[in-house]
Amino acid sequence: MIEVRGLTKRYGDKVAVDDLTFGVEPGKVTGFLGPNGAGKTTTMRCILGLDYPDKGAVVIDGQAFRDFAYPMREVGALLEAKAVHGGRSARNHLLCLAQTNNLPRRRVGEVLDLVGLTEVATKRSKGFSLGMSQRLGIAATLLGDPKIVMFDEPVNGLDPEGILWIRNLMKALATEGRTVFVSSHLMSEMENTADHLIVIGRGRLIADCTMKDFVARASGAAVRVRTPSADQLVRAVSAKGATAGPGDDGSIEVRGMSAEQIGDLAFGEGIRLHELTTVRASLEEAFMELTADSVEYHADTPGRPASTMIGSGV
Amino acid sequence: MTTTMAEVNLPALPPATGRAGLRGVLASEFTKIRSVRSTYWTLAALIIVSVGIAAIAGFGIASNIHNNPQNKPGTDATQASLIAFFELGQLIIAVIGAMCITSEYSTGMIRTSMTAMPRRGTIYLAKLIVLTTVALVVSMVTSFISFFVGQAAMSGSGVSASLFHSITIPANALVKGPAGGPGNGPPTVTFQGTETISPGTVLAAVIGTAVFVTVVALIAFGLGAIIRHTAGAITSAIGLLFVLPVIIQLLPDNWRWDIVRFFPDAAGRVLSVTVGQSNPHLWSAWPQFLVTVIWAVVIVGTGGYLFRKRDA
Repeated sequence: MIEVRGLTKRYGDKVAVDDLTFGVEPGKVTGFLGPNGAGKTTTMRCILGLDYPDKGAVVIDGQAFRDFAYPMREVGALLEAKAVHGGRSARNHLLCLAQTNNLPRRRVGEVLDLVGLTEVATKRSKGFSLGMSQRLGIAATLLGDPKIVMFDEPVNGLDPEGILWIRNLMKALATEGRTVFVSSHLMSEMENTADHLIVIGRGRLIADCTMKDFVARASGAAVRVRTPSADQLVRAVSAKGATAGPGDDGSIEVRGMSAEQIGDLAFGEGIRLHELTTVRASLEEAFMELTADSVEYHADTPGRPASTMIGSGV
Repeated sequence: MTTTMAEVNLPALPPATGRAGLRGVLASEFTKIRSVRSTYWTLAALIIVSVGIAAIAGFGIASNIHNNPQNKPGTDATQASLIAFFELGQLIIAVIGAMCITSEYSTGMIRTSMTAMPRRGTIYLAKLIVLTTVALVVSMVTSFISFFVGQAAMSGSGVSASLFHSITIPANALVKGPAGGPGNGPPTVTFQGTETISPGTVLAAVIGTAVFVTVVALIAFGLGAIIRHTAGAITSAIGLLFVLPVIIQLLPDNWRWDIVRFFPDAAGRVLSVTVGQSNPHLWSAWPQFLVTVIWAVVIVGTGGYLFRKRDA
C-alpha cells in the first residue's frame, strides 16, 4: 500500500507536483496516467526518496521507504531502463544490487531466468537493446521479491511481444497480491491491464477511480440514429426526456436513452430506422478529454472533435 | 500462448532477519569497482606510468652521476624513484577516485543504487571504504615497485637507497681543475663529510608517498560527489593538485612562500624526501601531510552532505 499525502514538488519556479493525494492498493494493477510532463515520474521519484518533496509525504505500508530493514523486499522499481552502468555485465549489475540487501547470490540467476536474459548474463549491458534493458530492469525490481512494484512507462520503445510480456507480468504480480503501480501517458496501454486508475495533469489529481467506472463514464452515452423521418424521431425521444442533436452526415445523436429503448419507441411510432448504433468513445478519447486542460505542451490541433462522451464532470 | 503467465513463478526468498546495512553495501561497492574495465585500465596506467618513469629516471640519474660525479651529494635516490608516482600517479588515481562516484551519475546507476538502498549515508560510507582500501593497496604496491625498479636502474651508479641497510653518501663535493669541456680533462672531485640515510627514512618515504596518493584519490572522490560529473570532477582535482601549484610558483616569492604549505599537493614533495635539508617554507613530512588530510576531510565531508541532501 502506497499512500501519497499532499505531495508537492517544485523544480525552481516550476511546480511539478501540486498537493497530490492518493493511495495505491495491493492486489491490483493501478495505472498512473497523465500527459507527458504531468508529474508522474516526479511522483514516483518522491515515493522512492530519490527526490525530496517540498511539502507532503509518502508512506509505504506505514513507514518511509528508507526505514525498511530490507528496502528491496518492500519495493522494486524500474524508473529508467538505461539507468545502469553499461560497462558492467547483467549478472554483476544484479549482483551488486542484491548484495546491498543481503540477498543470496543464487537469486541473481533466478531473476535472470525469469526475464530470459540468462544467455547474455555475462555480456556488458552497454550492448543491450531497449527491450533487453527493460528486462534487466525488471529482473532488478524482482530481486527482493517485493510487495510493491513500480514501473515508469515500461512499454516505451518495446516491440509488441515485449509489451504483451510486461502486461502479463504486471497482471500476474497483482494476482499474487502485490501492489503494482505503473505509469503511462497512453490510455491504450492501460485499457487491458489496469484495474484502477490515478489520472493526473499538471501535477494535480484529475481522477482516482476503478477502470470500470472510467469505462462506464466513457461509453454508452450516445446512440447514433439514421432515419428518413428525423423530425418525428426527435419529437418522440424528446417527449421521453432524452435529448437529440445533429450527428455526423445527417445522423442524429440521442442521449439519455439506450439503443433498445429508441428502437422500441421508433417501432411503436412507426418510424423507419436505417441505423441504430451505440457510440462508444474510446478510452483514449475519454482520457484526452479528461486531461485536455492540463496538457503541458500542446501541439496545435484545430478541429479536433470535441468529445462530450463523458456525461458527468469528473 | 507462451508469453501468458498466470503466475510469476519466482522462487521464494529465505526469510529476512536483521537489517540491510554497511556489510552488504560494502560487498556491493566492491562488486561495482571490480566489475568494470575502467578500474583495471586506470590502475594499469597508474602502475605503468609510475614504474616506467621511475626506471627512466633511474637510468637518467645513473648517467648524470657518471658524467658529473660532483652531483652525488644531495641526489635523493628514493625521491627520484617516487617522483613520477606522486606527481603523475596522483592524477591517474584521481580519475579512479572521481569515477567511483561520478560514473554512477553519468550512467544514471545512482538512482538504481539508491532505490535498492535508500539509506544514502550507508552507500557513501561504503564507497569511501572500498575506494580507500583499493587505492591504498594499489598505491602501496606501486610505490614499492617504483622504488625497487628505480633502484635497479640506478645500480652501479654510486647513488642508491635501500630499505634494508643504511647508505652513506658524501655530504659535499669540491670540484677542482678544468671546467668540463672538449679538450679539457675531467675535473677532480673530492668529497667532504658524509650523510647517512637509514632504511627507516627510506621506508617512511615509500609508505608515506603511497598514503599521500591514497588521500588524493579521496579528494577526487569528494569532488566527484560535489560536482557529480566525471570531467568536471577530474578537471577540478587536477586543478587543485597540479595547476594551482604551478600558479603559486608564478607568484612573487614573498607571497608564495607564505601560502604554499596550505595546499594539498605540498605533502607529496615533503614525504618523499630522504636526503638533504627540508624545504624551509613547508612543514615537516607528517604535519604537511595533515594539511592534505584536512583538505580531504573537508571535501569528502561536503560531498557526503550533498550526497544525502540533494535530489538524486
